[in-house]
Amino acid sequence: MDFNFLQEAGYIVAAILFIFGLKMLSKEDTAARGNLVSSIGMLIAVLVTLLKVIDPYLVLLAMIIGAGIGSLFALKVKMTSIPEMVALFNGFGGLSSFFLAWSEFNNQSTISFILILTYMTVFIGGVTFSGSLIAFFKLSEVLKGSNNLFNNISRWFLIFICFFVLIAISQIVLSSTGIFIFSFELIEITFIVFLIASLLAGLAFVIPIGGGDMPVVISLLNSLSGVAAALAGVLLLNTALIVAGCLVGASGLVLTLIMAKSMNRDLYNIFFVGYASDSNLSEEITGETKPISPEDTYLIMESARSVLIVPGYGMAVAQAQHVVKELGDLLEENECEVSYGIHPVAGRMPGHMNVLLAEANVSYDNLLEPKDVNPKMKTIDVVIVIGANDVVNPSATEQPGSPIYGMPIIEAYQAKTVIVLKRSMSSGFAGVQNPLFFKENTRMLFGDAKESIAKLVSEFKE
Amino acid sequence: MEIFLLLFFILVLAIFLGLELISKIPSTLHTPLMSGANAISGITLVGALTLDTGSDLQMILAFFAIVFASINVFGGYLVTNRMLRMFKKK
Repeated sequence: MDFNFLQEAGYIVAAILFIFGLKMLSKEDTAARGNLVSSIGMLIAVLVTLLKVIDPYLVLLAMIIGAGIGSLFALKVKMTSIPEMVALFNGFGGLSSFFLAWSEFNNQSTISFILILTYMTVFIGGVTFSGSLIAFFKLSEVLKGSNNLFNNISRWFLIFICFFVLIAISQIVLSSTGIFIFSFELIEITFIVFLIASLLAGLAFVIPIGGGDMPVVISLLNSLSGVAAALAGVLLLNTALIVAGCLVGASGLVLTLIMAKSMNRDLYNIFFVGYASDSNLSEEITGETKPISPEDTYLIMESARSVLIVPGYGMAVAQAQHVVKELGDLLEENECEVSYGIHPVAGRMPGHMNVLLAEANVSYDNLLEPKDVNPKMKTIDVVIVIGANDVVNPSATEQPGSPIYGMPIIEAYQAKTVIVLKRSMSSGFAGVQNPLFFKENTRMLFGDAKESIAKLVSEFKE
Repeated sequence: MEIFLLLFFILVLAIFLGLELISKIPSTLHTPLMSGANAISGITLVGALTLDTGSDLQMILAFFAIVFASINVFGGYLVTNRMLRMFKKK
């Protein structure tokens, strides 16, 4: 039996299953089956590769260790920790490509094209790993806040690393064209430094990026993990890696662009500028907010016939999704129409709010996107904003000088009454004042979101 | 070198295919899609299985490449499945 033939045929079948799997994964009704189809593709690709393995015991040991750790994480992790879990797994994919390219370097190829490809794989794999690791720490709240000085140092450091990358690559090019021959030992030393520089580049890249921009970063890192795999595939002459890697790279890119578009910002601004530098354009808003007690909030909601709930990162922090669902159920019993307005960049990763609410058993056809809720906003009696800020900020539509001007928002201010649940009067991630809090029809319910909603729930039950 | 041109040809086609494939996606599925795609990027496992293991260093690198890619594959598919099972319609 010709193993090579069998292997390539297996890769074709796997590629077809990946394509169908991804296609199905992008539709609600078929998503779960899509994931299964894609995993069968993976199984086939791995099995046909195992046929030719030289040292099966060691390979199986490594796979069992990895499978054990991965399954344990995936099955034991709390649903609320899924965002950081996804970031971590993503990083491990990058790390694997990093090791692949490192190992290939030791085959001592002297063809400059292959060497450059090796460097690129190492770099993207390394950035994916260390960048995802930082994203993991930011999402799990180990790394909090940001320090301007430190952020600036990181950005300068990143430029420094880019110079080093250019030097490392020109070393190869010079060597291969015969203009200046470097010894292999010297290239080896450069390569070791390059390994470290790649990992540092990921750190320097993600550290300065603020929490609110995390959805974009995570999608980009997801895309990069695919690109790293595809490059490693060219290096190893492996078509399965190329096709699967490109599919992931492309889907991650699509998601990245969706996220950036939802914030009306370009990628350069998100990754290298941040909000802070242009926020001096925003004006101070004068006026008074009107606080409200949970008891009065209850009275308003009790008479409401339609309620829209707009969650943000604050709901995730307060872990309030279960009480929110309970409140939603009580409202529905009270013959009130309840829906949820989910902004694509609410939270810290694409779809963050959807996952949390799904965990609390909220049906996904009640989760509406801005383009669906905005047209009927004027007919909604009460909008409850739970720990969201920038995604409901009317400056985005009303104030041309604002840093967030042009960002598509959930137009909560158009509803008859808006109740904002908020811990304090601090401004949102973008550092922009929110005029919504000062509007005539807005009431502020200060305090921890979970406690405030729990109070409303108990009022309803009485 | 011709083989690389052919591989780049596949690479370019696969990118365009990927972009067409996921052009429209409801935001409910953003996280599962990312996590599911992420599991596919664990295909590096296949690459890790074909590595040369001539020297000790290469042996160690291949070993860890397999370990981490396996975490990515198994963890990624399982966590995606767990997530998708939560998404319910009334």
